[in-house]
Amino acid sequence: MKKLLLGDFAVARGAWEAGVKVASAYPGTPSTEITEELARYGEVYSEWSPNEKVALEVGIGASIRGARAIVSMKHVGLNVACDPLFTASYTGVNGGLVIAVADDPSVFSSQNEQDTRLTAVSAQVPVLEPSDSMEAKEFAKYAFELSEKYDTPVILRVTTRVAHSQSLVELGEREERPLRPYERNIQKYVMMPANARVKHVVVEERMKKMSEDANEMPLNFIEEGSKKLGIICSGGVYEYVKEALPEASVLKLGMVYPLPYKLIEKFAASVERCIVAEELAPHIETLVKAHGIAVEGKNIFPRCGEFSANLLRECVLGEKQAVQPAQVPARPPVLCAGCPHRGVFYVLSKLKLNVLGDIGCYTLGAVPPLGSMDAVVCMGASIGMAIGFDKSDPEAHKHSVAVIGDSTFIHSGITGLIDAVYNRSNVTVIVLDNRTTGMTGHQDHPGTGKTIHKEETYELDLAQVSRAVGVKSVRTVDPSDLSALEKAVKEEVAKEEVSVIIAKRPCVLLTKRLYNGFTVNEKCKKCRACLKLGCPAIVNGKNGITIDVSLCTECGLCKSVCKFGAIDGEVK
Amino acid sequence: MSVKTDILIVGVGGQGTLLASRVLGKYALEKGYDVKLSEVHGMAQRGGSVMTYVRIGDKIASPLIDEGRADVILAFEKLEALRYLHYLKEGGQVIYSTQEIMPMPVVTGAAEYPQGIEEKLPGTGVDALTLALEAGNSKAANSVMLGALCKKMGLDREVFEQALLSGIPPKTVEMNKKAFELGYCAV
Repeated sequence: MKKLLLGDFAVARGAWEAGVKVASAYPGTPSTEITEELARYGEVYSEWSPNEKVALEVGIGASIRGARAIVSMKHVGLNVACDPLFTASYTGVNGGLVIAVADDPSVFSSQNEQDTRLTAVSAQVPVLEPSDSMEAKEFAKYAFELSEKYDTPVILRVTTRVAHSQSLVELGEREERPLRPYERNIQKYVMMPANARVKHVVVEERMKKMSEDANEMPLNFIEEGSKKLGIICSGGVYEYVKEALPEASVLKLGMVYPLPYKLIEKFAASVERCIVAEELAPHIETLVKAHGIAVEGKNIFPRCGEFSANLLRECVLGEKQAVQPAQVPARPPVLCAGCPHRGVFYVLSKLKLNVLGDIGCYTLGAVPPLGSMDAVVCMGASIGMAIGFDKSDPEAHKHSVAVIGDSTFIHSGITGLIDAVYNRSNVTVIVLDNRTTGMTGHQDHPGTGKTIHKEETYELDLAQVSRAVGVKSVRTVDPSDLSALEKAVKEEVAKEEVSVIIAKRPCVLLTKRLYNGFTVNEKCKKCRACLKLGCPAIVNGKNGITIDVSLCTECGLCKSVCKFGAIDGEVK
Repeated sequence: MSVKTDILIVGVGGQGTLLASRVLGKYALEKGYDVKLSEVHGMAQRGGSVMTYVRIGDKIASPLIDEGRADVILAFEKLEALRYLHYLKEGGQVIYSTQEIMPMPVVTGAAEYPQGIEEKLPGTGVDALTLALEAGNSKAANSVMLGALCKKMGLDREVFEQALLSGIPPKTVEMNKKAFELGYCAV
């Protein structure tokens, strides 16, 4: 049966067909849907882990015990999981272990544009790269076979355009895999120096062997075309090559590390002009050149941003697209109408505080008119950065706060908070507790009290956690109550100790309600106070200030900042 | 529908461009075509400018539509239609909602909402918001637009409507059916 499947769903399907037993992940665009989909398959134990490091450790444990396991994350999530990854490369596997990593060329929803293939080279772990949903499913299955055959974790790398594109997939059946037998094997699984030294040699030999065998692997193949032009490519770029350069000879690499050098040599020798077309880093190009094979690559292609068929036409054939986009105002993403974070950033903006931010929807607090963010680096960084501010400038804590989401706090904020208390810092931490992992599409986490399957579980109490690590001043406020929130922030930043304010209100998108919307009445003096909220539903147009009923969620913030009673509507 | 049709769906994050592309995907599958869809999730869905690609034909390679190559642009917001107009091929058509949603630079006064957009758009405008409210709620605007698209592209209405209604919550089926009908008859 053929089905139209999202690339991420196809990865999940492939893992399921391969008999995977354990799936773990921390949500991250564009990888989230892999684990969401796996959770819908009854035969697979699935979990949202608190972060990617724990997710991978769960996968490693399952693999050692003999189960096939898949662990999914975005590219920057792999940074968090690097510690277990680099040594799991040494221990190898028992049941197949596949790490699905989604890169984000063009940075649609990330903080950087790093290339997972380079991490894989450092970790000495093989990488498969599918180009559409059908391959995503097949490669996921094949990855488990390679993992077990070569005794290694395998990275299945997708990019946004593969993860979040849908194409047709031929479905197969699940092949049940009984647990592989487990026996204690200290030399293999206990990585202390004496064993690690031995295993490093094994790892290097494994990669050499895989590189040799890759010449015969069916996922690396040549499509003969014109002898004048040959393109070496993989993943989504292969589809752009087929679109833009249908005449060219193509060497399609399904495994992008380690490389099949004999096949590449043969291909390069068969064409007049040989070009490596790859997004982001010159990974294939560098390795191929180091092997003494002459190719073109980043001399004609950009290192930043995703590719397209038009880009290939331009870079390879010199065909420049003549069309010019219209000059129109930008439309950056904004906090949704009714977002509970808006009140927090409104207050922080009003008090002109420095804000050390974190990763989530609330990063959009940086967008004008709220513009209340000083730095955002990575998951959990806000608290550490606030400590750095505090320790460098004794006055800093009086005019700065850290803001961090509930899910991000659990991911990697708690250790920062321990540091703040332990080293007698004076930081104020605002936990933006919207009761979900918002940006990635509303996944549960330990603080929601629900598992990935929506089963009841222990609900981590963030206030209790804060007290347990030694924070004395902990309070919870409703961010829609602007005056209470302002009072809380003013009092806490003034204190010479660590404070935690939990701004608690569920994400507006969790409420599946239809709204009528508020309206502006004749009392409006056009003072523009409501516009400072940066609410997309408030329109300053030809007819004065109005509210777009298609966007308004009746949160009432505009009503509370309006001094003239010019907004009609009831907060429910 | 000709052998190969490239439809670009554009709008403001949250307007339902994803749903619209999935309806077209289902339609194409039902009709026995090859189809590829490309979507944007995450940050871009939060009220930002969004585009979704739908490519239907006998054999599709790239899931993306390049500049100057779209047969149809379905726009859920007028300014967004103009923003992506350079994706339209010569002779292509734009089916757009006349709704205006102010982007934040306009709200803050840093920019102005462009005037005279409709004169620059080759195609058909639909007052989707008014028709959606007539059907029951502003959220049904995407069904209005899909009704208009179905008519303008000469698609098989029965199959298309089924593709739309099979994927939405049961309690909104009647509203979306009405919205589809209103959009279909408006063009």
